[in-house]
Order: sequence, then C-alpha cells, then structure tokens
Amino acid sequence: MTTYFNEMYQASSSGKSVRPPYARLEDWMKSMPAELRHMKQAEAEALFRRIGITFAVYGEGGDPDRLIPFDMFPRVFTSSEWSRLERGIKQRARALNAFLVDVYGRGEIIRAGRIPSKLVYQNAAYEKAVAGFRPPKGVYSHIVGIDLVRTGPDDFFVLEDNCRTPSGVSYMLENREIMMRMFPDLFRENRIQPVEQYPELLRRTFASVAPDKCDGEPTVVILTPGHFNSAYYEHSFLADLMGVELVEGQDLFVEGGFVWMRTTEGPRRVDVIYRRIDDAFIDPLCFRPDSMLGVPGLMDVYRSGGVTICSAPGAGVADDKAVYTFVPEMIRFYLGEEPILQNVPTWQCGKSDDLKYVLENLAELVVKEVHGSGGYGMLVGPKSTKDEVEAFRARIIADPGNYIAQPTLALSTTPTFVAEGIAPRHVDLRPYCLVGERIELVPGGLTRVALTEGSLVVNSSQGGGVKDTWVLAE
Amino acid sequence: MLLTVDHVTRYRYDHPVRGVAQSHRLTPSIFDGQRVLSWSVMVSDATKGAQFRDGAGDALQSWTVKGPVSVVEVRVRGTVETHDLAGVLRGHRESVPPDAYLTDTPATAADLALRDLSAAAKGTEGPLAAAHALAGAVADAIVYRPGVTEARTTAAEALALGEGVCQDHAHALIAVARAAGLPARYVSGYLFADQEGAAYEAAHAWAEVYVAGLGWVGFDPANRCCPDARYIRLGSGFDAQDAAPIRGVARGPGHEALEVSVTVTETAAQAQSQQ
Amino acid sequence: MLSRTADNLFWIARYMERAETAARLLEVGSRIALLPSAAGYRNEWDSLLQASGNADSFARKYGEPVQRNIESFLFFDRDNANSVASCITTARENARIVRTALTAQVWDALNSAFQELRHLERTPRSELELSRLTEWTMRHSAMVRGAIDATLLRNDGWDFLNLGYHLERADNTARLMDVKYYVLLPKVDFVGSGYDNYQWTTMLRAMGAHRAFHWAYGGEVTAAKIAHFLILNPQSPRSLITCVAGLSDHLDRLAKAYGACTPAQEAARAMREGIETLTVEGIFDEGLHEFLSRFIGVNADMGALVRNTYLDGDR
Repeated sequence: MTTYFNEMYQASSSGKSVRPPYARLEDWMKSMPAELRHMKQAEAEALFRRIGITFAVYGEGGDPDRLIPFDMFPRVFTSSEWSRLERGIKQRARALNAFLVDVYGRGEIIRAGRIPSKLVYQNAAYEKAVAGFRPPKGVYSHIVGIDLVRTGPDDFFVLEDNCRTPSGVSYMLENREIMMRMFPDLFRENRIQPVEQYPELLRRTFASVAPDKCDGEPTVVILTPGHFNSAYYEHSFLADLMGVELVEGQDLFVEGGFVWMRTTEGPRRVDVIYRRIDDAFIDPLCFRPDSMLGVPGLMDVYRSGGVTICSAPGAGVADDKAVYTFVPEMIRFYLGEEPILQNVPTWQCGKSDDLKYVLENLAELVVKEVHGSGGYGMLVGPKSTKDEVEAFRARIIADPGNYIAQPTLALSTTPTFVAEGIAPRHVDLRPYCLVGERIELVPGGLTRVALTEGSLVVNSSQGGGVKDTWVLAE
Repeated sequence: MLLTVDHVTRYRYDHPVRGVAQSHRLTPSIFDGQRVLSWSVMVSDATKGAQFRDGAGDALQSWTVKGPVSVVEVRVRGTVETHDLAGVLRGHRESVPPDAYLTDTPATAADLALRDLSAAAKGTEGPLAAAHALAGAVADAIVYRPGVTEARTTAAEALALGEGVCQDHAHALIAVARAAGLPARYVSGYLFADQEGAAYEAAHAWAEVYVAGLGWVGFDPANRCCPDARYIRLGSGFDAQDAAPIRGVARGPGHEALEVSVTVTETAAQAQSQQ
Repeated sequence: MLSRTADNLFWIARYMERAETAARLLEVGSRIALLPSAAGYRNEWDSLLQASGNADSFARKYGEPVQRNIESFLFFDRDNANSVASCITTARENARIVRTALTAQVWDALNSAFQELRHLERTPRSELELSRLTEWTMRHSAMVRGAIDATLLRNDGWDFLNLGYHLERADNTARLMDVKYYVLLPKVDFVGSGYDNYQWTTMLRAMGAHRAFHWAYGGEVTAAKIAHFLILNPQSPRSLITCVAGLSDHLDRLAKAYGACTPAQEAARAMREGIETLTVEGIFDEGLHEFLSRFIGVNADMGALVRNTYLDGDR
C-alpha cells in the first residue's frame, strides 16, 4: 500500500500533528459545521456564476456554462518552500527559452549531441517557418506553465512544461477573489502573499517584448479563436483585467508591414499579440490555408519585425513530452547549473529498451501520448482494469513513438471538502512564470484537485476541481 | 544563359471582395547558379507589405489590396543570368537544418507503394547515387500527362494513377527520398522550354535532395535531369503548398477564377549588355 | 472601440427591439383576427406576415397561416431569425461576446431573459396564452432597456446600442403601420369606416400607445391623427421622427467623441430635416404605403451607412 504525503497532517509521537503552514486552518476547519459549509459552498458557486466563470469540457460537448468545481479548503506553502520552487521554476523557464533560441538558431545543443536531432527537427511543433528568426528579447515562451507534483516535504517533480498558452490562470485569480470575499478573517489571520498583480505583470511582460519598430506605448491585444472556444471566458477575463482589447482574427489585418485592428475610429496599429490560437491556425498564408481564425499575412509581418506574437510560433517544440526528458540536460547545457526541480523518470516507448520495460510493467505505470493534453489518451496503470491495460498495450505496440511512460507518483494530498466532510485528496500545482525583459513569478498558482477518492487525475476535463493556493509571507 | 521571364497571374472575383492579402515567393534565389539582372513584381492597386528573407533563404514579400476589388493582377518580369551547376545549390545561404526536411506533409506522405518505390535507393553507392536512382524511378513510375491530377493530388495518389505533372513528380520524389532517409524538399521556379519540346512547363517545379558533403541537389524527374542553366529557382518548402510562389486570401464571398500566363525566353547576351 | 464590439452592441439593441416587434405583431394579428372576416379581405394573419417581410419563409415551412402556426413562427421558431426566441438568443449571445463592455445589470437582464425563454420553451403550449407570451417579451425588453439606461457608461458603446435601438424601432414602427395597408388595400371604400377605426385602434393598443394617443389627441380616431402620432409627433416614443432624431443625436455624439464627422452624420441630419418638414397631408398625398416603403428603404440605407462607417472596420 502506497503512503501519500499529506500536506496538512504528519505522523508524530502523539499520533498526528498539523504541519506549520496549515496551523491556523485547523481551527477554521473545525469552526465550520456542515450547514455553514454547504451554505458557503453555495455562496461560492453563486459568485462564480455571477462573475461568469464557467468551463466547457473539451471535446465532450455538454453544458458550456458548467462550473468547474471549487474546493474552499486552501492549499498552503511556506515562504521557504516557495522560494525553492520559485528558483527551480525560473531556472526551467530560462532554460526552455534558451533551448528555443538555440534550435531556431544555430542548434548548438544538437551539434553537441546532447539531444537527438530527430526529436527537435522532426517534431510536429517545430516550425521551419521561423528558423533563423529571433523574436524580440530572444523570448519564445512568455508564459511558462510548469505542472508540479509533490511526493514529500521536500520532493517536487515537474510533470510537464507548457510553453505555448497554458490556461487556467483565471482560476488562480478568481479562486483568490472568492476566498477573500467569503473568508476575510482567514486573510487577516494568515499573512498570504497576493497574486492579484498578475494581469499587470502579464501586460508589462508583453509590453517589454514589443518589436523595435514600435515607438511609444505598445498596443497589446489578446487574440482568441472566438466565443465558442471553451477558454473564451479566460480570454475575456484577462483582457478586461489587463485593459487590452480581446480580438478575433477578423478584427485584425495586415498592411504596409504592420498589423492593425479594426476600430470604430479607423485602423489602430497592434504591437504585441497574445494569441490563444494554435500555430497552425494563426495565418492561412503561412500555415493551414483553410484557417478562418487567423490573420492572413501575420507571419510575414512577424518575421519582418513588425509585430510580436506571444507565445512565439514554434515554441511548442520545447514542451513536447519527449523533449521534456531533456530539460535537465538543457539546464546544464545553457545555464551551467544543476536542475533545482527534478523530472519524473520517463521511458520513451520509441526506444526499444524502454518499450520492453514499459510493456513488462504496464500495470504499475502512467502512460501518456507525446502530444496529448488535458488528461486525455492516458493510462494510469494501477487505477485501471486488466482489460483497459491490455487495450492500451495494443495502442502502444501499434505506435510506440507516440507514448511515454512514467512511474505512478504518490501525489501529495491536502484536506478537501467532500460530501462526507473533510478528506484528503490528491493535488498538483501549476504556477505561471512570466518571461519578458525580466522573469516574474507571482507567489501562487493553480492547484488542481482530484475530487474522486483515490483518483490521481486532476484534470478539470476529468472531474478535477480547483483550490486557492496560498504562499505565506515570512 | 540569359533568361527573361514574363509571368502574369490574374485573379477575378465574381463579386467584388473586401480585400486581398498575398504572400509572394517570386524573387529568384541567390546562389551561384543564377544572378538577377533585372526583376520586378507588380500587383495592381496594391500596397507593399512586409519584406524579408526566411530561414530557407527565400525572399518573401507581402501585398495587400483594399477592396472592393474584382480583379487582382500580379505581373512578374525580369531577366536572370543562369549557369549550369549540375543541380547543385552552391552558395545558397539558409538556416533551416536539412533534418527539418525529413518531416512528411499530407501531400508527401509515403504509402506502401511509395515505400516500395523507395527501394530503388537500396544498393546504390552513397546518397547522390541514391537520389539519382530515386528520381529515375519516379520518372518511370509517373508518366507526364497534364489534366489528370490537380493541385491537391498527393504523391501517393499520383503514383497510383501512374500519371501526373511536375508537381506530382516532385511530391513523389520527396516522398521516396524521405522514405529512404534523405531530406528532400519542393522547389518552385521557371523553366526555359527549348525548341526540342523536352521541357514542359514554364512555371515549373522540381525537388531537391540533401546530399551530405554536397548540400542540396536539384532533381527534375519530369524532365529526367538535374536543373541546369534553363532553370530559375524561386523558393522551396515541404510541398507545393508550402513552396507556392503566391499564397493569397480574399476577404468576402466572391468566387475566384484564376488565369496564368508564363513565358520564359532566351535573351541574346549582346542585347542584354547594351541595356 | 473594436468595430466588432460596436457591432455586437448595435445588434444586441436591434435584436431586443425586434423581439418586441415580433410580439407586437402577434398582438396586432390576434386582435384583428377577432373581427369577423369578410369576403374580399385578405387573411389578416397573412397580411401580418407580409408586413413583417416573412411571408415566404412562413409559407415554406407552415403553409396555412393559422394562429397556432403564426405563434410558433413568430415566437418559438429558431429557424425564423426574427422570432422572439431567435432574437433573444442572438441578443444574449452578442452580449456574452462583449460581456466586459456591459454592466452586470445589463448582462443579468439579458441572461435572465434567455434563461426564462428556455423555461418557456419547455412549458406545454396549452399552458401558454398568447397574451402571456407578448407581455413576457415586452417586460424583458423593457428590463434590458432600463438596465442600459440606468447603469451603462455614456461612452461610444452606449451610442452604438442606441443607434441600434433607433434604427430598428423606426423600421418596426413603419412596418407595423404598413400592416394596415395590407389589410385594407383591396377595399378602399372601407377607409374611414368603423372597421377601419377599429383596426387603427388595435394597432395603437399593440404598440402600447392607445392611451398616450388619447391624451395627445382626444376625440375620434382618424387615420390622419394616427399617422401624425406615429410618424410626426416628437412626443411619441415610437414615432419615426423620434427615432430619426435619436439616431442623429447619437451619431453627433459619436462625431464629437471621435473628433471626426462622417457621411453618416450628414445623412442622418438630412433624414431628420426631411421628416421635420413633412405634413400629414403630404404623406397621404404620396400615399401612406408608398411613404412607408420609401422610409423603410432610406432607413435601411442609413443602417448600411452606420455599418460601413463604424461597424465593419473596413474604413
């Protein structure tokens, strides 16, 4: 039987004791009888609905106005725990960007034989169209979302990197907002570092990577695929908090080497585009010709230095699950440092030795598709039936290069409100690291929680919920 | 040779469109095999947009036309001095690593038949001989015949038909070369059609295969040769769509009709030098 | 402001106003239909469809214009872009896209109309009186309008909403009046008859203007008084002159805010001058139907001009 690290309670001579960051939460928890808790939960839900924060499950259809479950029990880090995480996250974000600059430049890491050429240049996310082009300030991934799991007091593992457009930050902000409204006393008793500066930091990050041709205050916009997209709420929420326009492809056009947006007062030049559209769809003249979501000619303007696109087209080559294995190598190669955060040991099913191991130990492993996301197309060996494991085995054998496998991690738990009261549930953490002229990280992130007892899958598309994430001041 | 190109592309819309945006790869490549003496690209009623050289070494130029507009005409004119380098792309500056051209696209994905065809490379001595063998195999397997394939025909479909045009030959050669582990890419350009009728299309396309030690080498299965002084190279890509000399989008419901005329003529050296 | 945002705001207003008109049309129709129909008259329901410009699409789907079908078509039918259900859904969708340009109150008003609509759609039709449907529509239309007036910032977005309201309302008033033309056309000798007056009165009721009319005019209900009230009286909230004045005022506000005058302002001023110099006699000389048709055309051109100038971003 695996034992899981409980972030609130630890075993001690007297049975169990509360770990220091949670010290003040035990009283709070005890002061909430079931009725009050239900009332508060209903209040939180009403607040979420009023704000309009809803979530459509990708690929499942259903009610687009569904709420993502919010758990009121916060997840807490001490400042010293956080400062180590912060250094590790920033280190990783720097290395990932250095890698991107390199592979679209001289490719030193490949010439040095530290990462296989095939993994990079034949990667579906590699964009030949931007080879040789260096984006402003050499930044490709302006928001690096790093998914972390914890297995012990000092043991954190990076589960995956998200270099394109990691989503979910609106939940980080809303969860805090709701908690502050509902439990102001908690915030008086605990010294919790704020996260509300995130939108402003994000705007500044974008402004700092405006193209050289931009004179004056840069105009930043968020480019959304449109209001049918499941993350539309987040796009409009961020645009609103940043004070920038939320545009669709049809609102932009190119002319004379620049990008313009259509306004009621005539065309207005756009300097930085935070796009929430995949590479393949952003410009029918460069990528998929049938795309109606993008802006024809955008890539030409980008590559001639007329506009900055965030994240840079091609950034996805760094967050591929096969490339992930090499991130520690990148940290050593580009930064000359040892990785502060560990990778989860990963087997590449494309390698015959690894494949053999994976197939022999399938029932103990977690297997994922190299390009999958959102918890789809994955196998959690220990939580699956024999038939499920066998069905997955066939899929792996059919296309081994498409899969990686990892040991099933003993994800930490935090107390969570459930129907029966309070119970430990598994959590992960996604902090959002901003990379522009400077590297910034707000103290917090999105904690996702697997609400089903025993489940290790925290994805909101798979029934996961979210929690407010606290970093205590010193 | 001194080759003069006159290339007109006309887009007609049955309803006036609200605007047109185009991205052109219509400027001859810079390498030892060709030198531009004069070159101009004009687009009717258009505004010049972004201009740059991409990682593959191609010169790109954007244009936009403000609507309402019913006709857009792109006129390319110019003279290029060419030299026969036996297909070798010598002196061409680019930063895309050859390995990037091992990636398949839908047009160049190899099916079983193409994989079988790529066996022609087996037993040959070195990549250059392999590439020659593959180009020959493609020329044998796909007979030149216009009108049977269209712009979206894939290499696999063309091979199954056994007929096609230069685009299909190039796609098929790319597919078999990649299947044999050789980086390969699509090249668009012009071809001077001589009196003997050996060459077919003035707006032409062929393939380049990467040969370690030698660099990129062109192969034109349609004409069973390597590009020589009769060829003018414009740009490259994974496939025809990626290497298209003109990519464009019109905004509006109008249906588009396309007219193209291309002539490539040989200019007397004397006359040229007096200009 | 993004042209598309302005466009969304403009259409929120147009669709809410259009929903109200569909409900009013239903009301006019049901009242006119209460009169015994005489030989030589067109089917009243048919005339209503003619006036709303929906006769063809109705005929294709439903055939016979009987009350229940008309109710379905004008209120519930999602295939009819101008039905109450379609209009409210589209207005709410436009609002969802520009949520951040609206206040919580305006969003709440639009969203609750939409949520209640979904509830109505699940209610058995036997439980739904026509009057309940029309009153429901008017109430929500008024709540949205009220939230806009009470809570929205008076910026360019507010102007675009109001441009939408005024353009749509002018069009709808003209079309509702035109119903009369379709009903009475075959028998000119009915003009001035009791039947004629009854129909005019019905029209006023449907427009919620019955009492206002009597306050303003008193005495006999005549075609001339009604035409004056609905076309030329600046006190009437639905009159063409009120709509055109509002249109022109909001365009002038925009010109001032943007520091730029456009052909739209000139056209609106010309339209306003045109209607301000009109008399009832002049309108009847031209023919009411002819005048209304011409006005609907001019108003549509005005809408196109607003679109080209501000909303489609092609400038």
